[in-house]
Amino acid sequence: MKKQLRVNPIECSGHGACAELLPEMISLDEWGYPLIDPRPVPPALQRRARRAVSNCPVLALHLNRLS
Amino acid sequence: MPMRRGEPASTRPTPLRPAPDGLPRLLPADTRAPQGLREHLARHGFVPYRDARLQLAADLRAAGLTGRGGASFPAYRKLEAVAGARGRPFVVANGAEGEPASSKDASLLWLAPHLVLDGIQLAAEAVGAQEACLYLHDGQGDQIAASLRRVLTERWLARIDRVPVRLAGAPPRFLAGQETALVNVLNGGLALPSFTPPRVFERGVGGAPTLIQNVETLAHMALIARYGAGWFRQVGTRAEPGSMLATIRHADGMVRIVEAAVGTPLRDFLEADFGTDGTHGTAQAVLAGGYHGTWLPARDAARLTLDNAGLRAAGASVGAGVLAALPASSCGLAETARVVRYLALESAGQCGPCLNGLPRIADGLAVLAGPRPGARVRADIERWAGLVSGRGACHHPDGSVRFVRSALTVFAAELRRHERGVCSASSRQPFLPLPADEPARDEDWS
Repeated sequence: MKKQLRVNPIECSGHGACAELLPEMISLDEWGYPLIDPRPVPPALQRRARRAVSNCPVLALHLNRLS
Repeated sequence: MPMRRGEPASTRPTPLRPAPDGLPRLLPADTRAPQGLREHLARHGFVPYRDARLQLAADLRAAGLTGRGGASFPAYRKLEAVAGARGRPFVVANGAEGEPASSKDASLLWLAPHLVLDGIQLAAEAVGAQEACLYLHDGQGDQIAASLRRVLTERWLARIDRVPVRLAGAPPRFLAGQETALVNVLNGGLALPSFTPPRVFERGVGGAPTLIQNVETLAHMALIARYGAGWFRQVGTRAEPGSMLATIRHADGMVRIVEAAVGTPLRDFLEADFGTDGTHGTAQAVLAGGYHGTWLPARDAARLTLDNAGLRAAGASVGAGVLAALPASSCGLAETARVVRYLALESAGQCGPCLNGLPRIADGLAVLAGPRPGARVRADIERWAGLVSGRGACHHPDGSVRFVRSALTVFAAELRRHERGVCSASSRQPFLPLPADEPARDEDWS
């Protein structure tokens, strides 16, 4: 199943944990907010993507099913 | 005329009066005073209730009516989505005209309130709502709100309205009319956009599926319900039928509200501003669509038409129907800097990129508007624009960036003059309107 990372920009406060845990798909802008690769998460990265999601201190990162 | 609640229950109401020809359709012929109930009934007859759900949606689909609040979303699709959602729906007429350059909704609510209120009733019937509200700025429109309060009472006593409509005040903020911000206000919160989903048609006011339509869209619905889709399509283009209200701001400072066929050439609105071909008039550029809109050089604008298909080629869109002709005596960069400062202050401040990016872009533009800006400023603005675009919960950053990017293109020659220490403007008088309570800025207390 194809999955995509999405951030809730209202909840996100720029901790940056996600970019540390999944640098292949998430980088930080010059203010510390995540820039997320919009493409589907490759199967090999899905476990670490889930970890990035659960490690977000404000639960702003989501791994959504792509329809 | 005797009025009974629930006039003849015909499925396809025959117009009581022959369909009116030509324009204006929405605005009364005499715009010196509001159209009263008696005149409204004489001109258009009783509300054509269908006594059936979603009949109206089929007519709106055939008519090709799109939302007149700025997004041009097909009206019937919102009706169908709300009617198909779980729960008892709620209807909101959106009269919060947060766009400082636009005043067409306020004019419509003042001059032809009954068309809007007929539209609310018909929309409520179509989706099966038993409650509705009319959301508008109370500050700007004390007079309008008072008039609407009177009109609503009059209609209720005359048993015209089946669904009670309450007035709700919108805070005087640019984003107050954004759909999720509107829902938050009506739910007792602040005018802050939410992250979607859930969409307002699924969960909106009080958790109910909520239909939000711009007041002008509702007024068009009231006419389509009476005179039919074929009549609606008699003006406008095939792809974008009907008429629309536009706020025309002339280079000499005059402001007009016009009802025109969608697809009318821009030069028909701005003849004196353009001159013969856009180069001999008093205007150097035209802002199309408002402060989330697009600057166009006058010579390009003079060849365009006021419809999305026509404006798309120039990277612009109709938006809420604002056309502002910037006088040749003004500095386009200074005007853009003023407006973007305002847009930055109007950010809800919820999303990091918008909160950080818009003030920096505004600062950069203030530098470009001054003498001899550094070479890196423009590149910084372009980088920040890329960083805020598409990264907000609402479209405020995207719309603001569209406005900024078009300014950097259209006023590129002026920017080169600024770099040499020259500004071609002869006037520093602000042209584009901002709310009077614009916060003071850059004060030097030393």
